[in-house]
Amino acid sequence: MTASTEKCSCEVLEEELLATLDDQLEAYKGMPGGLIPALHVAQGLFGYIPRSAIRHVSEVLDIPMSEVYGVVSFYHFFTTQPRGKHTVSVCLGTACYVRGGKRVLEAFKQKLGIDVGATTPDGQFTLEVARCFGACGLAPAVRVDEDVHRRVKPTKIGAILEQYAEEITEPEEAAV
Amino acid sequence: MTTINLKINNQPVTAAEGETILQAAQHSGVRIPTLCYLEGVQAIGACRVCLVEVKNARGLLPSCLTEVSEGMEVFTHTKKVREARKTVLELILSDHPFECNTCERNQNCELQKLAEEFGIREVTYEGAHSASQVDDSAAGLVRDSSKCILCRRCVAVCSDIQGVNAINFIGRGFDTVIAPAFNDPLNSVLCVQCGQCAAVCPVGAITEKSHVGRVWESLEDPEKFVVVQTAPAVRSAIGECFDMPPGSLVTKKMVAALRRMGFDGVFDTEFAADLTIMEEGHELLDRLKRKLVDGEDIALPQITSCSPGWIKYMEHFFPQLSENVSTCKSPQQMFGPIAKTYYAEKVGVDPARMYVVSIMPCTAKKFECERPEMRSSGYQDVDAVLTTREAGQMIKEAGIDFVNLPDEEFDMPLGASTGAADVFANTGGVMEAALRTVYEVVTGRELPSENLHVKPIMGLEGVKEAELKIERTVTEWKFLEGVTAKVAVAHGLGNARKVLERVVAGEADYHFIEVMCCPGGCIGGGGQPRLTTDEVRRARIASIYREDEGKKYRKSHENPAIRQLYEEFLGKPLGHKSHELLHTHYTRRGKYNELLVEEEKEPEKAGAAK
Repeated sequence: MTASTEKCSCEVLEEELLATLDDQLEAYKGMPGGLIPALHVAQGLFGYIPRSAIRHVSEVLDIPMSEVYGVVSFYHFFTTQPRGKHTVSVCLGTACYVRGGKRVLEAFKQKLGIDVGATTPDGQFTLEVARCFGACGLAPAVRVDEDVHRRVKPTKIGAILEQYAEEITEPEEAAV
Repeated sequence: MTTINLKINNQPVTAAEGETILQAAQHSGVRIPTLCYLEGVQAIGACRVCLVEVKNARGLLPSCLTEVSEGMEVFTHTKKVREARKTVLELILSDHPFECNTCERNQNCELQKLAEEFGIREVTYEGAHSASQVDDSAAGLVRDSSKCILCRRCVAVCSDIQGVNAINFIGRGFDTVIAPAFNDPLNSVLCVQCGQCAAVCPVGAITEKSHVGRVWESLEDPEKFVVVQTAPAVRSAIGECFDMPPGSLVTKKMVAALRRMGFDGVFDTEFAADLTIMEEGHELLDRLKRKLVDGEDIALPQITSCSPGWIKYMEHFFPQLSENVSTCKSPQQMFGPIAKTYYAEKVGVDPARMYVVSIMPCTAKKFECERPEMRSSGYQDVDAVLTTREAGQMIKEAGIDFVNLPDEEFDMPLGASTGAADVFANTGGVMEAALRTVYEVVTGRELPSENLHVKPIMGLEGVKEAELKIERTVTEWKFLEGVTAKVAVAHGLGNARKVLERVVAGEADYHFIEVMCCPGGCIGGGGQPRLTTDEVRRARIASIYREDEGKKYRKSHENPAIRQLYEEFLGKPLGHKSHELLHTHYTRRGKYNELLVEEEKEPEKAGAAK
């Protein structure tokens, strides 16, 4: 990192968020079991838990960084990667799996040009795998944000994504 | 205490209330195999190797966690138990690289030993293998996640005993690894490189970074003049590398072995330990004088500086105490520059050709010798550091029959030492050595205690204290007349933290504090033969005191070679030359390395994990 006097807007935003985080963390100081709610606060503020936030949680709550990161990495809910505007969850529960969920997942990976857990470079989509959200009758099912899409075929995923983003960046362009 | 009567394998056994089945079995000579269990540190029932059958209990029970009860009937090797243990071992082995022949822990591995004991001939489970992530970024330690069996011992010592918390469980399920936060390389975090993790690892997942290759290479090199120094604690433990019982005192065999390996000079770190006492003792007196007589704002208590793991801990966790820590280099780092200046001149060897090898009970010493400050001879003062284990391996490789070696003496002059230097190996020892000299300097009389030992600061108690009233002083130290000197001793960083927090809060009025990083002191160091239990610690400590008591001189200032060194070369303690060669300064790091200036941080990050 270079020590520049001018800061870009995202750095300013991060500093503001960290200050807010510090204020809110006060409530969890010394509280038994306070780490997880504190991490919820951090993820709520940033949309994910950046390295800087983990350091602040560690410092304010006086919990070693290795322990804070251990908890963050244990729980699926917490993420250290920035999230996209929309979250695509492809179900790989038993019913969806046997009805081709895996092929649907591959199609999303290809179309979005990202791996599971990653976010498209344009910040539009985050791709996730789900283990059954109780829509087995609709298998293979895909959830985008709060909407469940039924009997998804690999050929239909373009149409689904179009509903959420006005234009989809092709992976080749995204890499530039 | 209530006595519990139970039966183990149909034999009546008594145990104290609250004891576990495992403890009861150990008392009564019944061996139950364990893997994740670590006496005094961890009993979590994670590995399931210590399962036993208990009459009327549902299922098998982990003996490390299950408390004894009246009338309990325990069976430790029924078919059901043996099969369960075998299954557990096979499952662990199914995700273990079968590299035993080329592994550092070959024939010294707890998992390999259990596989042998249980007659495992094949592993029927096939499945995924954990990816190998080798982190060799740190100067003292190497981690290989593919060998890790997730027993958690390393995490337990790092957090519960040392309070460092450099590593933890990262991730979940099969993907779990033990690593620093963000899987960052070990050299970029607050790891103090004490190697307690490596000392308790049952397999080859954490080991010291080997200097064996470079030492062989230098011994083969006709251009190099290779000298070796051996730390006090090594003599009490290296015999264990050759199946001798813990606490076997093998100083003279060790000297003979090193001479046969081809070292040009076989010397003793104890020489430098005596030198340390001369410098550090006078530093303490100097601080007291400047504070009490001159009214200067001098940091007190003075804290010892021999233990490089403790030094790095202080730099991360208590940077505000860096003025309190003695400026004296550790004995290892005093030896280096004296060898490459005073001794090189004496024997007419160009210091550029001189190669200094240390044998240490310690992994942090490898880090210490590479610190940028440790080049006061104009060269890297100490070139290579072998742990006791590495030295043992090299002696085997050289085909030396260690146990049957004749007794030989260290070379002179850097091999001369007193009993005060011996006790540097034990918790409380540096303090005792310092008191033996300081008391005599101040009063002109010998330390008034039985056998020159300071009883209250001996033994394995975590934090120890002693008081010593100073009376009838010699004229120069009149200002100390009637002063009660207060000292504290802590070993294991968790214990050190308790004392230091009181110092920081202004609640302690000590004059001098000894901190040793590892439990038991250097005899329990991260580079010592495995496994160091409290019983092993006590045996090594006792042998060190025996060594001390058998010495002709038992006070550092009586060492004739040290006197000669001051007369011929250094002048006086804390003199100009001493400052140049024997004293150092510390780096403020902070828990997140936030106190390091940016330029210093960059090279540290360079050796990232592969």
